[in-house]
Amino acid sequence: MSLRPPLARARGHGSAHEGAHHWWMQRVTAVALALLGAWFAWSVPCLVGADHGEFVAWMARPVNSVLLVLLVGSGFYHGWLGIRVVVEDYVPARGPRTVTLAVCAGIAWLAAAGAGLAVLRAGYGGV
Amino acid sequence: MPDPTRRPLSPHLSVYRPEITSVLSILHRLSGLFLALGMVALAAFLGAAAAGQAAFAVATSALGSLIGCAFLVAVSVAFFYHLANGVRHLCWDAGFGFEMANVRRSGWFVVGLTAALTVVFWLGVAAQ
Repeated sequence: MSLRPPLARARGHGSAHEGAHHWWMQRVTAVALALLGAWFAWSVPCLVGADHGEFVAWMARPVNSVLLVLLVGSGFYHGWLGIRVVVEDYVPARGPRTVTLAVCAGIAWLAAAGAGLAVLRAGYGGV
Repeated sequence: MPDPTRRPLSPHLSVYRPEITSVLSILHRLSGLFLALGMVALAAFLGAAAAGQAAFAVATSALGSLIGCAFLVAVSVAFFYHLANGVRHLCWDAGFGFEMANVRRSGWFVVGLTAALTVVFWLGVAAQ
């Protein structure tokens, strides 16, 4: 007999009243990314051929810095939500599934934090 | 989890003819996974720019190589497809376009829009 309450046993193994939040945040970040992605796709052609100084100056402009940080943040969040569903669908064994999810989450946090720091460094003139 | 009864597993993908609906559905997933890779590349590129001139030169020459260019083209196709089909999904979430004829029509529209946006994007790059 277990002393753990049913909710504690259910958490992390399927429905524990988290599904709606996952679903909703995927939509919220999708709308944000449609706008941020359109801005980024619009900006990229102007940046082709830019040298280091020009590119850093573009990153450092406040509007671009803010939108880049939001793009990276919502992009990795949205990507993490999507990858989580894919892994849960195609990796049936609990051990490999947990490890795969942890590795993906780690990569997403590392890359997002690194990109955020890069934008901040450019913005504060540290480059 | 081992399946002692060895029942056939749904949804029997091999017995269905690929249709615009099912192909676009799996492409949404695949393009999303590929875009996650693109996000890592974007983060690495921003990091290289912040790291200094030498790292930036390495990053730009990597993206300018044949493999780099092929990767960028693939990312752009995946991005415009995931964007267009994502808006299609949001329309479904809002309750629009569920009739089968409309689902197929919006599917082909997404395919056309992806091609058009990708071409316009690379024309914009070439114009620089």
